[in-house]
Amino acid sequence: MTAQDVPFPVNGLDSVPTLELDPLIDDPGTRIIVCCGAGGVGKTTTAAALGVRAAERGRRVVVLTIDPARRLAQSMGIDSLDNVPRKVDGIKGAGGGELHAMMLDMKRTFDEIVEAHTDPERARAILANPFYQSLSAGFAGTQEYMAMEKLGQLRARDAWDLIVVDTPPSRSALDFLDAPKRLGSFLDGRFIKLLMAPAKMGGRAGMKFLNVGMSMMTGTLGKLLGGQFLKDVQTFVAAMDTMFGGFRTRADATYKLLQAPGTAFLVVATPERDALREAAYFVERLAADEMPLAGLVLNRVHGSGAARLSAERARAAAENLEEGRMVDQAAGKTGERGSRATSPEPSDIATAAARSSHDDEAAPTAAYDTAAYGPAVQDIEQVQDIEQLTAGLLRLHAERMQVLAREQRTRDRFTALHPEVAVAEVAALPGDVHDLAGLRAIGDRLTAGRMPSA
Amino acid sequence: MVSGKGGTGKTTVAAALALALATEGRRTLLVEVEGRQGIAQLFETEALPYEERKIAVGPGGGEVFALAIDAERALLDYLQMFYKLGSAGRALKKLGAIDFATTIAPGVRDVLLTGKACEAVRRREKHGGYTYDYVVMDAPPTGRITRFLNVNDEVAGLARIGPIHNQAQAVMRVLKSPETAVHLVTLLEEMPVQETADGIAELRDAELPVGKVIVNMVRPHVLDEAAVRAASGDHRDAVAKTLAVAGITGGTKLVEPLLEQAVEHAQRVELEREQRAVLTGLDVPAYELPFLGDGADIAGLYRLAKELRKQGVDA
Repeated sequence: MTAQDVPFPVNGLDSVPTLELDPLIDDPGTRIIVCCGAGGVGKTTTAAALGVRAAERGRRVVVLTIDPARRLAQSMGIDSLDNVPRKVDGIKGAGGGELHAMMLDMKRTFDEIVEAHTDPERARAILANPFYQSLSAGFAGTQEYMAMEKLGQLRARDAWDLIVVDTPPSRSALDFLDAPKRLGSFLDGRFIKLLMAPAKMGGRAGMKFLNVGMSMMTGTLGKLLGGQFLKDVQTFVAAMDTMFGGFRTRADATYKLLQAPGTAFLVVATPERDALREAAYFVERLAADEMPLAGLVLNRVHGSGAARLSAERARAAAENLEEGRMVDQAAGKTGERGSRATSPEPSDIATAAARSSHDDEAAPTAAYDTAAYGPAVQDIEQVQDIEQLTAGLLRLHAERMQVLAREQRTRDRFTALHPEVAVAEVAALPGDVHDLAGLRAIGDRLTAGRMPSA
Repeated sequence: MVSGKGGTGKTTVAAALALALATEGRRTLLVEVEGRQGIAQLFETEALPYEERKIAVGPGGGEVFALAIDAERALLDYLQMFYKLGSAGRALKKLGAIDFATTIAPGVRDVLLTGKACEAVRRREKHGGYTYDYVVMDAPPTGRITRFLNVNDEVAGLARIGPIHNQAQAVMRVLKSPETAVHLVTLLEEMPVQETADGIAELRDAELPVGKVIVNMVRPHVLDEAAVRAASGDHRDAVAKTLAVAGITGGTKLVEPLLEQAVEHAQRVELEREQRAVLTGLDVPAYELPFLGDGADIAGLYRLAKELRKQGVDA
């Protein structure tokens, strides 16, 4: 029975289609995978893990990352900023696949566009212009524009059969779709043309209003920004003149590339409210722009092999054990033991449990007990330590089940909005990933299907 | 200023800080600048307009106001204030000049955002007292914070005369004064800690005042590695029996998954210990906020605010 056969799923998640990533990366028709989502959800790691997996399954892959963690970049050999893809060593697999990776240098990418589209003298003038320097060093939208520009370049080189792109940590989820157009239409737009050639415009009938608007505007902007700044802009615009048509065309071409059938978008999130809210926005925006969504990658999902034991029961049992211990000790011991027994703070439990595991480092109280009361009491002590330990296990479990319940709630909200979106779950790892082995492990988790009893 | 890597909960911490500072009749303004309406979602209110609105009360009659600053509106306000532009402002908008100034022109957008916040900081009531005792900004993430705050310097250099130049310089004076503190929110995980370390170095280079490191979502350490080792060894049966004593049936099957969870916990404790050591090495005072099992709802915000006050936030 497939999920679709269930008429009334008890749990919303049971009806969620599973996102199968192996078929996606194996399909030669898949040429571009774009990983997008809120900041801090693991986009870069997901992109890198998919790259490694696809390469080891035989594809020639290039991964374009925007802002990788330092150690991850080092382990992939892309921590030097030369803005070209580097081959990643250590890729296994008999399929003849290769992995290349690069980290985006947005200023350099912008410089390259300038150098490629104008003569050396003009290029020098543009690169030295203060306005250009600020614009290219990363003001609103430049990074997004350059990421898409680089994607277009990589695709045009046709040296790889799969490009995996990580998207910039944008102000908002929509920036990376909007910014290229915005920058393109600005550089190519009416305002810039007005700045450049008011005289030309003024000659034409019907342009009188614009001309009036123009002089008022340059006047105002001049006052606001200072005359020198406006001169810098005008010089920049004049020098860039020949390239303008190109910006709009390029922005349009990249946009079309993203809509093409060979492209697949993966929305990346964690089961947190904010991340899934961004994910929902993204899903809606991609649909509105007719961008092909493959599905949702849900990172850092918690599961439990003991899910049938509820948080409430676990906590109650832990309390039983802790209370029981206190009663024992109050009845059978002197005050000397009482101080330790009546402190149910987690750290104390941990310390006590740790102490018990190293007999040679036994705490003075334990040594005293053993000496005074002999082996029988040692057993009692051991029983008490086991009780403490078990109470700790139960408390941990209660905490885990609470996390599971919260994640379930946030996911149910997303599923209610977008039941059609296929989901791949990635079990939470205790630590960060910084090598190929770690990326491989993530790749396995990405493609493992539904987590057990999550 | 509250910054932090994406996913560390900086909006939540900024809101909790605004609440924590709103004690005993004090008034705080919580400001957001990225148009995400994170504050409204956190306080479960409708989207914030470009207008200061009371959204919460603190203990002893304190008040929290909130404002979502919109760069375009701030620029139009600004033009209106200085040039009485009125409908001409709309004409500028039509021509794309406002769009140019707020999204493309280097840093103007950021100057407008920080400028509006600084205006709120300096604003006074008729009787002469400040309108707000504190202004808390949910600022851009760590990777962009120095550029965001320092952009005024850059703009002051680019626009060498005129009101924008003056505005940029005035804002910079407030931002670099001891009245400002840039707090960085982090988790006890490698990447956020690394970003925090980088962020502190950048802020210090730019002579911007580093405030506190706020370690968020700290979980209690229930068991450590030694305890887990002990249990995984000879004591499985004993643990199963103890589970039965505590009233849990079928304990034998539970022991394995419970121990697995404990192993993960112990690993995380160890990683957290390493990251804590890195943070200690940064030599910046820290606050710690507990992990909220049920997520950051309003009750959670008040709990975090209380925690911040306990750690001396308004001292």
